[in-house]
Amino acid sequence: MVVKTLTGNYAVAYAVKLARVNVVSAYPITPQTTIVEKLSEMIEKGELNARMIRVESEHSALAAVYGAASAGARAFTATSSHGLLYMHEVVWWAAGSRIPLVMAVVTRAIGPPWNIHVDHQDILDQRDSGWIIAVAQENQEVLDLTLQAFKISEDPRVYLPMMVGLDGFILSHTTAPVDIPDQELVDSWLPPRRQPYIIAPESEVVMGNIAPDEDHFMMRYSMAASMEAAKKVIEEVDREYGEIFGRSYGGLVECYKCEDAEYFVVIMGSWAGDAKKAVDTLREQNVPVGVVRIRFVRPWPREKLLEILSGAKGVLVFDRAVSMGSTGILFSEVAQTLYPLNISLKGLVAGLAGVDVGPSRIEAEILKFIKQTEEGAIYTPTEWILPEKYAGRYPSSPKEVIAK
Amino acid sequence: MNVNSKPVLEEPKTVFFAPISHPSPGSVGKTGTWRTHKPVVDLDKCTGCLICWLYCPEDTIIRLENDKVSIDYEYCKGCGICAHQCPFDAIQMVPEG
Amino acid sequence: MTVNIKRIPKKKFLMPGNAACPGCPETMGMRYLKMALGDNFVMVIPAGCSSVIQGIAPRSGIYAPILNIVFAAGASAAAGMKAGFESIGRKDVEVVVWAGDGGTGDIGFQALSGAAERDDDILYICVDNEAYMNTGIQRSSLTPYGAWTTTTWTGKREHKKNIPLIMIAHGVKYVATASVGYPTDFIAKVKKASQIRGFKYIHLLAPCPVGWRFDPALTGEIGQLAVKTGLFPLYEYENGKFQLSPLARRYKDPSKRVPVIEYLKLQGRYKHLINKPEEIKKIEEYIESIWYMIDVLEKAFNPKEEARKLLGSL
Repeated sequence: MVVKTLTGNYAVAYAVKLARVNVVSAYPITPQTTIVEKLSEMIEKGELNARMIRVESEHSALAAVYGAASAGARAFTATSSHGLLYMHEVVWWAAGSRIPLVMAVVTRAIGPPWNIHVDHQDILDQRDSGWIIAVAQENQEVLDLTLQAFKISEDPRVYLPMMVGLDGFILSHTTAPVDIPDQELVDSWLPPRRQPYIIAPESEVVMGNIAPDEDHFMMRYSMAASMEAAKKVIEEVDREYGEIFGRSYGGLVECYKCEDAEYFVVIMGSWAGDAKKAVDTLREQNVPVGVVRIRFVRPWPREKLLEILSGAKGVLVFDRAVSMGSTGILFSEVAQTLYPLNISLKGLVAGLAGVDVGPSRIEAEILKFIKQTEEGAIYTPTEWILPEKYAGRYPSSPKEVIAK
Repeated sequence: MNVNSKPVLEEPKTVFFAPISHPSPGSVGKTGTWRTHKPVVDLDKCTGCLICWLYCPEDTIIRLENDKVSIDYEYCKGCGICAHQCPFDAIQMVPEG
Repeated sequence: MTVNIKRIPKKKFLMPGNAACPGCPETMGMRYLKMALGDNFVMVIPAGCSSVIQGIAPRSGIYAPILNIVFAAGASAAAGMKAGFESIGRKDVEVVVWAGDGGTGDIGFQALSGAAERDDDILYICVDNEAYMNTGIQRSSLTPYGAWTTTTWTGKREHKKNIPLIMIAHGVKYVATASVGYPTDFIAKVKKASQIRGFKYIHLLAPCPVGWRFDPALTGEIGQLAVKTGLFPLYEYENGKFQLSPLARRYKDPSKRVPVIEYLKLQGRYKHLINKPEEIKKIEEYIESIWYMIDVLEKAFNPKEEARKLLGSL
């Protein structure tokens, strides 16, 4: 084990190296670029025995690693924002074909206007595709999750591709000490690549020609079943990783100060760190609040959330992505999970395009929510925390704009 | 070569429907029923030159022992390319009756 | 390289009972591909007629392992597959892209250009039926001047995009044109390409009876007439050397060519311009321009002649 000071992007690259990936392909996009730069360097220096395909677009990047994976290679790509959106049809194609594959997504806002800062709109746009989707909080977890992604994706109970999200700039370009596990230990833990079929001369496999509608339907059903099975696999992998490498994160969700909590913040990604700081402060004032950090958006941790939240007085969801015309994306997931429990529920859309929120604002929102709930359970699907520059000039709910 | 150089095929352990096929005849059924005309080979005229076999888009011309030919009527779609290409006028297109 | 038909093994090269239309040029081409390559290859097929020709799962009518892939990703998925095979020690597997003119010259062009520039070790075959046939005969950038399609009801106003020439301009290892009208020529070109490491491109003309509106018995003949009229010259470009294929050389001489009207009149897609001499003239002028280009290419890419001096002076 070696401790190095790494950016989140380099943590991804080290995990890819430890996983002994065979084929890498990616197209540069801010803030993903330093992943592909680092991997190119590792390959050219001979530190990583892999093929690098320097493609002309993200669409081709995912198609190339998918082609490599279909041939039996462990393959990896990474992207952000518009790159991920440009890949979108291949994202679906890869999942539907049940080929294990790993992709890092450095989360970033979607234009216009051009913006390179973090929000979760890009990765959450992929949530219906059949990929397992996880989002890390800090750089160590980025490395650990990326390594685990290979094991989860290649598990015969799963056989679905997996994307690992890390927040643009906040993780991707900020350094932190990261434990890099020993190669031998990783080799003993991560088995050789497994996959359900290989497209090769001797296998005579044909992937993807037209199937009867009923069979197409059952392929979707089977993906849903594998998503369910993946929940157990994710928990298992997290546990055994902890036993071997000394770090576990709670599997599908991480609970922070949840024991005896009456109020919960549900949040995902790097700003969960801010939420934890807010909770630390509030705990000092004996406010019974905890943080439920969503680590996996797909499969959605329904059972686990029910277990944690069913006795709650109130749940406050922070969303860094919104489904236009509806609510924050995590909010709608949490709301459908908690139905029909009578829990006070509120969704906050904030931090889009990297707009800073910070622990004190989160703290204030928690206290406000508790106060509102104490006056009677509320159900507020969307409120926006507007940037300071505009706060006060516009109502916090877009609905009120129309009411005026 | 690294340790992952050989992928392992392992059966899925969940209910598994994958979009997988294998080459095999009749992927849309017995296409012989599509024919309006059928090719009939005159073996006396056939020289075994295999031009018809080469041009057939369906692989429904059967090469006999001496490379003279017969037709796989189960699947022949009756396009007529074989009759048109035959340099010896040994294949006639006859209406299906 | 000559191909003796009699020497081709007595075995199946395609699965009959597939979904191809009667007289389909693509299934002809697929048979020749397998005759040339044997069994040690995989196909990558972006959306198009060939996606449908395979028929219904769990069977497939093409006698080869196939990765079907989204429209714009033929060349990129193939480049990845090749790298995948190489990375696990299987350098001998040939990866072949089998794409239509849309998957090649239009929606798939970016990935094609990328793979060509990287010199990825794949064989890319464009099966050119000169329109989007799978969706019902809409014009593509490779539809020729004057042709009726369901998006050019009075005939296309632009000439065909010259993809093989664009591939030569990429400086790839091998570019060839072929026609299903001349199977052994195509087989020989595939065999030659498979022995070259790097990016190979073959442009296969595939007359489509449904889209071009002709009797399905004529697929082969129309494929030959395209060459005999001078409209579609057969040639090879290999490592900086350009040469006309032997059976096309005579058509360099305009007097040896079959009048283009003989080609046009067999096809319903040209019905509206058969009696318009000014339209026929445009097509004849196009043929002249094609051969002018061939002349330039022969000179530019023949190291023995002017080109050497020309290039040497640069």
